Amino acid sequence: METSTISRRELLKGTGALVVSFSLFGPAARALAQAAAGGGEPEAASLDSWLAIAQDGTVTVFTSKVELGTGTETALAQIVAEELDVPFSRIHMEAGDTSKSVDQAVTAASRTIERAGPQLRQAAAVARRELLRLASERLNTPAEQLTVNDGVISAKGDAARKISYSDLLGDKRFNVKMETSGTGWDLKISPDVPVKNVNDYKIVGTSVKRTDLPGKFTGEFTYAQDVRVPGMLHGRVVRPAVVNSKPLSVDESSIKQIPGVVKVVQEGNFVGVVAQTEWAAIQAAKALKVTWSAPSTSLPATPEELYAYLKNTKSFNDQVTVNKGNAEASLSQTSKKYEATYRWPFQLHGMLAPSCAVADVRGDSVTVWSGTQGPFRTRKSLSDMLRIPEKNIRVIFREESGCYGRLSPDDAPLDAALLSRAVGKPVRVQWTRADEHGWEPKGPAQLITVRAGVDAQGTIVAWDYMERGFPWSESAGNPLLAARQIGMKSVSPGQSNGTAGGGEAYEFENQRIIAALIPWSQDTPTPLRTSNLRAPGDLARTFASETFLDEIAADLRVDPVQFRLRYLKNNKRVTEALVAATEKAQWKEHISHSAPSAGSKAMGRGVSVSGRDGTITAAVAEVEVDKSSGEVSVKRVTLAHDCGLIINPDGLRNQIEGNIIQGVSRTLLEEVRFDAKGVKNLDWVSYPIVTFRRVPDVQIVLLNRKEMPALGGGEPSTVPVPAAIANAVYDAIGIRLREVPITPQKVQASLRSKSPEQRA
Amino acid sequence: MAQITLNVNSKSRMVDVDPTTPLLYVLRDDLELKGPRFGCGLSQCGACTVIIDGNTVRSCSYPVSSAKNKQITTLEGLGTVARPHVLQTAFIEEQAAQCGYCMNGMIMSAKVLLDKNPHPGDDDIKRALEGNLCRCGSHLRVVRAVKRAAGERV
Repeated sequence: METSTISRRELLKGTGALVVSFSLFGPAARALAQAAAGGGEPEAASLDSWLAIAQDGTVTVFTSKVELGTGTETALAQIVAEELDVPFSRIHMEAGDTSKSVDQAVTAASRTIERAGPQLRQAAAVARRELLRLASERLNTPAEQLTVNDGVISAKGDAARKISYSDLLGDKRFNVKMETSGTGWDLKISPDVPVKNVNDYKIVGTSVKRTDLPGKFTGEFTYAQDVRVPGMLHGRVVRPAVVNSKPLSVDESSIKQIPGVVKVVQEGNFVGVVAQTEWAAIQAAKALKVTWSAPSTSLPATPEELYAYLKNTKSFNDQVTVNKGNAEASLSQTSKKYEATYRWPFQLHGMLAPSCAVADVRGDSVTVWSGTQGPFRTRKSLSDMLRIPEKNIRVIFREESGCYGRLSPDDAPLDAALLSRAVGKPVRVQWTRADEHGWEPKGPAQLITVRAGVDAQGTIVAWDYMERGFPWSESAGNPLLAARQIGMKSVSPGQSNGTAGGGEAYEFENQRIIAALIPWSQDTPTPLRTSNLRAPGDLARTFASETFLDEIAADLRVDPVQFRLRYLKNNKRVTEALVAATEKAQWKEHISHSAPSAGSKAMGRGVSVSGRDGTITAAVAEVEVDKSSGEVSVKRVTLAHDCGLIINPDGLRNQIEGNIIQGVSRTLLEEVRFDAKGVKNLDWVSYPIVTFRRVPDVQIVLLNRKEMPALGGGEPSTVPVPAAIANAVYDAIGIRLREVPITPQKVQASLRSKSPEQRA
Repeated sequence: MAQITLNVNSKSRMVDVDPTTPLLYVLRDDLELKGPRFGCGLSQCGACTVIIDGNTVRSCSYPVSSAKNKQITTLEGLGTVARPHVLQTAFIEEQAAQCGYCMNGMIMSAKVLLDKNPHPGDDDIKRALEGNLCRCGSHLRVVRAVKRAAGERV
């Protein structure tokens, strides 16, 4: 008997035994009854795996795409409501439960609207067609003479002849098979079934308010951190501060005075405690005396060593995105050459809520609650570690705080599972702030060198762009932290950190863009684990390409906007975004730093463009630099955004505002510091992020392209921010900073090293 | 362990806990409240903010024993989805969140600000919320929401 079948039956009985946060009574439960009636894993080809209509008219949508704080749940619900012709308020999203959804792959990379949107839209279109067919029989009227309004089907011209969706199919199964191909992001569902004309949209394209927010403002919303299961105990992990350490001895007597400790768990190099209360677990984890072995590591111990390693280590994969003409030969022939090298440090995702999960391991059956971006991916990593078949594991999504990619590799469920297995009871694991800062997989460091050659007419004829960076070590099937601690080894060098942003938006006669992957395989746990951090790699790549271009423009004494437009040539969307942003910002044509301010504070403006998976952004940053303190304040950012068809304009604006603010933070403040012993910034004081006083004003221009598919808005708009700021800093004080964060110390040092005439 | 009577959201609640336990864990684990949230345990982020006798307190670093005989208000004490407080309504109107995890601290800090200064300017709001971290970057919306709430107060 399959676990998923059992759990569904439990659900249907409405047993509160699973978790307090379940709302499985009323319409949702009835809708579920229908989807669950067949039992077993939901099949992509079955319409009932996606949609259920309840007696009261509620439409439940089953999806493995989850809400990460970006509003996708609301946007996906809009898409279904639109295509099905039901009011938005009738849609109930049932998201991220492996026993109730088809695997649509991780919610990541701003690809949810682009990929899962069409999947749900096509399923809704099939459902609508089937409902029309049923109504046609009931009303004895050809389907083409029927119309749908708010979930009620009526005869055209005779509104009295009508029947509602719920009267047709309430609490019953569709029993409709759909055509499918591909899996995950590439899953296609009945692509030939006609969908609504975009000009008829009434719900898509409007700023529907998010369904999750009211409860988040009142304390009624249930985060993963709020999940409580009967009989649940509290666990904490005890991790070494250093890399590659083994617990030589664990002195249990060191915590015997703490009441409520249930067990000290040691498995391989994994150590944790389980207690009756959360406070006892916290105290025990802190007090437990563990003697760790001395670290043995080949990790770089300083930033200098790190960048030297990136520079000198042989790449295992040169990802060539553009190779046109012969950049090398052209460079050797041009008289005017430019070259610059850029550094981007490890940065944190910095979830406001440290990782948390509840696991209940009973024999060979496992239930887990977590904020994972990929419930099926978490299920696989649990299966690999516990050696329990995936079909016996149920992962239930409950939202954690915004994670920006951090919960693609979802560590806490593995910790909770090891502890739960050891005590035979459900265990909740909450990471501490130091656990999260220290052990979260970081956004990888990058080292980029760009060279360009300019001909006698002042035209760039050669562009040679080389990034050297790390892959995501905690990806591509590699074991997560707890699994590594119990001895599992890497199976892959890791997944690429992306390739976009090297200047591919521009047309140069000879152009080569390479993103080289440098090995970062860590078989033993290290705090410098790596993974996808929002718009992975693109910030650094765009920082390099867009400031380098700016540098050439300034040297050739050309306005940076006009200079870009020359090379955008046939790139209509980027051109239009750039023009839109600069018009909104009232950009005045000028050569950068041609009219420096004489006072102690200098103002500057900088521009940058970017493209990510089809979404185009252009940004203008306005900064003020205090020449004595070196402090850079970003006063305003204006950003034009083109992500094709817009589903929810206010939701998109919300994302763009957040992306700009987070981009300011990553540009001015953020850097993971480390030595051979591990990460040194383990709290918010030592790893500051942007606060209210540093938040700039934001102006947004949305370019809605109804003729295009809907593309991603979750992360592309953070990409142009660092380059725009750095270019504005140059405009203000004539200094090129080629490494973030742009700190007052770096600005001051650069100002001091300038010659007096340069300082003018 | 000690029996401690707390006054939470105008109700008297008895708990039997280690008196050194930070108030946050008592509110969350013993009284099953979800408004105050764990973010750092270091008084650095503000996610755990509650109001005690009219002032904001970081409940992650405040022993439960210190809360005896005091009036504790949590996010739940302001309003509900069905009957929201003016601040909660304003936050909904402005859609002033992404993940929402920090919003307990934002709203509770804004409540204390408005109680003391019913008509704050942008800078007053920013100063009052400066110690509350938001990683999603909802700051601009939060400021707008607090201003909206102030404007709608009678």
